Amino acid sequence: MAAGFKTVEPLEYYRRFLKENCRPDGRELGEFRTTTVNEFGAPPTDAPDKGYVVPNVDLSPLCSSRFRSGPPGEEAQVASQFIADVIENSQIIQKEDLCISSGKLAWVLYCDLICLNHDGNILDACTFALLAALKNVQLPEVTINEETALAEVNLKKKSYLNIRTHPVATSFAVFDDTLLIVDPTEEEEHLATGTLTVVMDEEGRLCCLHKPGGSGLTGAKLQDCMSRAVTRHKEVKKLMDEVFKSMKPK
Amino acid sequence: MEGEMQTESKIRADSGTEPGPRVPGCSLRHFACEQNLLSRPDGSASFLQGDTSVLAGVYGPAEVKISKEIFNKATLEVILRPKTGLPGVAEKSRERLIRNTCEAVVLGALHPRTSITVVLQVVSDAGSLLACCLNAACMALVDAGVPMRALFCGVTCALDSDGTLMLDPTAKQEKEARAVLTFALDSVERKLLMSTTKGLYSDTELQQCLAAAQTASTHVFRFYRESLQRRYSKS
Repeated sequence: MAAGFKTVEPLEYYRRFLKENCRPDGRELGEFRTTTVNEFGAPPTDAPDKGYVVPNVDLSPLCSSRFRSGPPGEEAQVASQFIADVIENSQIIQKEDLCISSGKLAWVLYCDLICLNHDGNILDACTFALLAALKNVQLPEVTINEETALAEVNLKKKSYLNIRTHPVATSFAVFDDTLLIVDPTEEEEHLATGTLTVVMDEEGRLCCLHKPGGSGLTGAKLQDCMSRAVTRHKEVKKLMDEVFKSMKPK
Repeated sequence: MEGEMQTESKIRADSGTEPGPRVPGCSLRHFACEQNLLSRPDGSASFLQGDTSVLAGVYGPAEVKISKEIFNKATLEVILRPKTGLPGVAEKSRERLIRNTCEAVVLGALHPRTSITVVLQVVSDAGSLLACCLNAACMALVDAGVPMRALFCGVTCALDSDGTLMLDPTAKQEKEARAVLTFALDSVERKLLMSTTKGLYSDTELQQCLAAAQTASTHVFRFYRESLQRRYSKS
């Protein structure tokens, strides 16, 4: 009976639940798997001391029937751009750290974020996965041999990247211009009239306020979102620290 | 059939200084708008903010591909072409922002199973590009006669390293700023429709920028009203 009602009037179905301040199916996050690959490249001419970080979000038919195989669709491109902005704004790693020899050789970090299961809120999951992957990256030591002018990679000596800040994204779905839900699932995102993503680092500074259209929000509602983002950051940071402690050092 | 209608307006906020070089604080650059300049699209507008110029064309409500059809509302599509080069991932991201802003405002339910296409061409970029695109899109939608429940405008704020707020920054100011925030506000209650930011800033700074943007948007909406009044009073 409830299933029939849900198909015919999905919005009403959700509204009934929202009135009771609970959600029908519990929270589920889309899982993400990240890989980072290191490669050499020449630094850009306008910034000879900087390396590159290239993020790419891959939403394949594996994670949801909404996506087709082939060139990245709009959602994947928007997510990739979002991750690139977060890396740039939050200065999670200094691009200068990636430089091996000024003007000649620098590291290029390719971050591929592959979605395994899509149930809404990919931006939060992507940011978290990226942070976890960057914490795990080990760069081998590179010396430039002056005689041959070639780079020599010493695989035995590896060092971790210097992660300066820990940005955490918190996404909200706006319903009917008034209700705000944290961490929406795919169905909730589809039915929502707007979404909002706040990326905050541990000092309470905002790296990104991403609100791609949708219904309007007043300043007071925005303030409310900020305070929730701060609490979320604390929870996620605790979880992250536990995960990093449990990772085996190589 | 109206010909081209050109309206110019020099907007100054509280400070009341004489026109000329801008005072950093709460002033917007000189802006101008021209409507109905293209013959093929249903509506078109060119919006200038200082040296930034964007041309917008709107086709719609028109025929939609069956694969993109939505049974109860219009399908909105935004195409943004940069000044040079092929459109890339950044353009896709901006298209999504502009599209979602328009979707919140356009009464799509009045034209189900149709498509409304907004095509934006960047003519020159001298800072505050996204805000200019939003303004051009709004004016073009009005020119095309697409039903909307409110108008919207784009305002850009830049914060430099010592926390000074600058509205409508030039390209140089944007590069040197610590943070650049772009907001889209609606005309009815000045609610925040869209926001995209670059750089690091604090919560209080965000509220300050939002308040400044809301005051600045009053000027932009007044400009819209004046330019439309002038256009329709002649016919």
